[in-house]
Amino acid sequence: MVDRAILEVYRYLPDEETESRFQSYEIAYQDDWVVLDALNYVKAEVDSTLSFRWSCRMGVCGSCGMMVNGEPKLTCETFVRDYDTETIKIEPLAHFPVIRDLVINMDDFMEKLPTVSPWLIPDEERSVEDGEFLQTPAQVAHYQRFSMCINCMLCYSACPVYGLDSSFTGPAVLALAERYNLDSRDGGKKERADAITAHEGIWECTYVGECTQVCPKGVDPAGAIQMLKLSYSLDWAKSLVMPKGGGGA
Amino acid sequence: METLQHDVLIVGGGGAGLRAAIAVAEEHPATSVGVISKVYPMRSHTVSAEGGAAAVISSTDSLEDHAYDTISGSDWLADQDAVEVLVENAAAEMLQLEHWGCPWSREPDGHISVRPFGGMKLERTWFAADKTGFHLLHTLFQTSLKYDEIFRYDEWFVTSLIVEDGRCQGVTAIEIRTGKMLSIGAKSVILCTGGAGRVYPFTTNGSIKTGDGMALAYQAGVALKDMEFVQYHPTGLPGTGILITEAARGEGGILVNNEGRRYLQDYDLGQPLDLNDPDHPQKRTMELGPRDRLSQAFIHERQAGRTFEDPAGDYVLLDIRHLGEREIDRKIPMVRELAVRYVGIDPVYEPIPVRTVVHYMMGGIDTDTDGATSLPGLFAAGECACVSVNGANRLGSNSLTEILVFGVRAALAAVSQAVEVSSPSDQLLEQSAISEERRLESTLFRRDGGGETLSGIRSDLQETLEEGAGIFRDEPTLRRTCATIAELKSRYEKLSVGDTSKTFNTELVSALELGAMLEVGEAIAHSALARTESRGSHQRTDHPHRDDDHFLKHTLVHRGEGDPTIGYKDVTITRWPVGERVYGRG
Repeated sequence: MVDRAILEVYRYLPDEETESRFQSYEIAYQDDWVVLDALNYVKAEVDSTLSFRWSCRMGVCGSCGMMVNGEPKLTCETFVRDYDTETIKIEPLAHFPVIRDLVINMDDFMEKLPTVSPWLIPDEERSVEDGEFLQTPAQVAHYQRFSMCINCMLCYSACPVYGLDSSFTGPAVLALAERYNLDSRDGGKKERADAITAHEGIWECTYVGECTQVCPKGVDPAGAIQMLKLSYSLDWAKSLVMPKGGGGA
Repeated sequence: METLQHDVLIVGGGGAGLRAAIAVAEEHPATSVGVISKVYPMRSHTVSAEGGAAAVISSTDSLEDHAYDTISGSDWLADQDAVEVLVENAAAEMLQLEHWGCPWSREPDGHISVRPFGGMKLERTWFAADKTGFHLLHTLFQTSLKYDEIFRYDEWFVTSLIVEDGRCQGVTAIEIRTGKMLSIGAKSVILCTGGAGRVYPFTTNGSIKTGDGMALAYQAGVALKDMEFVQYHPTGLPGTGILITEAARGEGGILVNNEGRRYLQDYDLGQPLDLNDPDHPQKRTMELGPRDRLSQAFIHERQAGRTFEDPAGDYVLLDIRHLGEREIDRKIPMVRELAVRYVGIDPVYEPIPVRTVVHYMMGGIDTDTDGATSLPGLFAAGECACVSVNGANRLGSNSLTEILVFGVRAALAAVSQAVEVSSPSDQLLEQSAISEERRLESTLFRRDGGGETLSGIRSDLQETLEEGAGIFRDEPTLRRTCATIAELKSRYEKLSVGDTSKTFNTELVSALELGAMLEVGEAIAHSALARTESRGSHQRTDHPHRDDDHFLKHTLVHRGEGDPTIGYKDVTITRWPVGERVYGRG
């Protein structure tokens, strides 16, 4: 089945123009097309200058996030047929500087990521010869959903706090910190404390929950941040009662 | 002019590249290591791997069995010394990943869980549900962030290798964001750029899999090895080519044709067992046969009219309903997620339509077991390399293992070579960047175009490769494909990039990728034409038998002025004499 749609696409070419603008492309699309297919059709057949990122087209590489009719979406998972509006408006992800067209600048995320030490800080040193850390399926399940983040940036684009103040560490980075904190093999919670509980860390979050709503992988960053708040508050309370060594729970 | 220098420069930030970078940082912390990639590392195609990674861990398993499965699976074209290296180091690499936090799926007692996979005699595939590549890549990426020594160039595109005094001394590259051409000097360079599935029209591979690293080496005079061996995966979704993991069959899924018959029993892959039989699925049998044989069976079924017809491509059915919702969600949740989203089928209730789809390049840059190429200073690891552990057909779950084991080895060998030489001069680096910039300006941007379009040349290349170098091949069609590719290369000479912007010019990147794809396509077609036998994934209808007298050899293709030149080298046989590939019998 072939149908028609008008894509209204955000264009910004900093080499040639100082202002952004919208450009319309009328396309004939097939029923199984995702928004990314429509953009690739435009690039191949209509306008080779239109720029955007993509790769896996199966929802796992995290490259193709854009605003579709005002909502952050992975365009490889968003079907054209699901829009009954006359036009489909496609813009770069909100809250990020734009490099060109639909390509955002994600330096801020890449710089924040290492600040929470998102790697396993083992509780006990273990060599490969010692074999694996034992971890039951329940212990895996404890952190698993927070390990599913594909770094697609949709949550940053949905987060009103980040929109107002980009110093906020943000949903994906904090969720990843909690992913390691919850891992039974990890003992790095204290080491991560400063970054997580800093002014721009968890306490900035006002629990709007938009991040969880838009997450295409079910990560629930809002839940992770709540868990972090609770867990570090408890540590703080314990440290008042037991000033020595009581903070490692 | 700005020049950049590292001791070791890794091109590509996927599984092989990141594992190599961490190996350098851990083993030789004083060594300066750069990772340059055309995408952010977590976008690399390792992320799409699903089913798992093979390594012997169970007490009933043995290195001997893993090696034998791999070698017989390769139709005896794998180098046996390389396979021994692979299987011996596999478990340590998996455990290392575990120690870095990889969320491997577990047994109730907390030990690592392993699942059966095609062509493997018993369960030895480690998995993280069916997002193994995703978890592996993100674990490596996050671990790499620990090391300040690892300097990354994200979204830079390498345009050439700098070769001077008979050594590779760095690369020229475009910073995609600014369009700036720069040289990055290095004492050793490791190519970890992945495969080239995008040279075919229908592939599981992401858009970035365009064979860039293979082409860089080929253009620098290094041989590509065994390029005729292209793996078609038997179970891709029609329309998109999205992969449905072999783990679906490892967990017990079956393939049926339009008569409801488990047709693999008709292709010398053994007899089916009842789905309730405790021995189902049988290893090395039926649905757990190797990918080459299953994909060939699909084509025979289609020719016999026993596949379902569909405008998006003929298909057979993969049925996993008998596993039940709970097992599907626990073991292969992504299969369900992908089928529901992309073909509107919930596999809990309905079988999934699947067809053959280009998945993996067994061939690649000719390396030894340390990843070294014939060009001093140049190494390669992962899918872009051919060590060779995969020979004429790779077994599922050996490639994630390969990128780790050989990523490390290439890294250590690259460091050893680096300490022996001095850094390239600033003058060499500056000159290389200037002349490379001029080359691109005088070619890609200053042509009259002649009506050629990037997408036109690209789709013609994809079609001619599918036509000539698909699952079944013969001389006349291969000759046509070779001739078409030669024409496409001259059409490419006339292609002009319309987008002249410096900032994030994706049309320029695509044009450079197309240049690489044409080189890789040429190497595939000519290698396939020259191999007048059938072995593994290379099936010649005009030469239907394996011919060990003449072709128990690796193909080596070198770039020439006109057609490439083809040579051969012997396969290394250590302990496993060449024999018949037997599945489903005995």
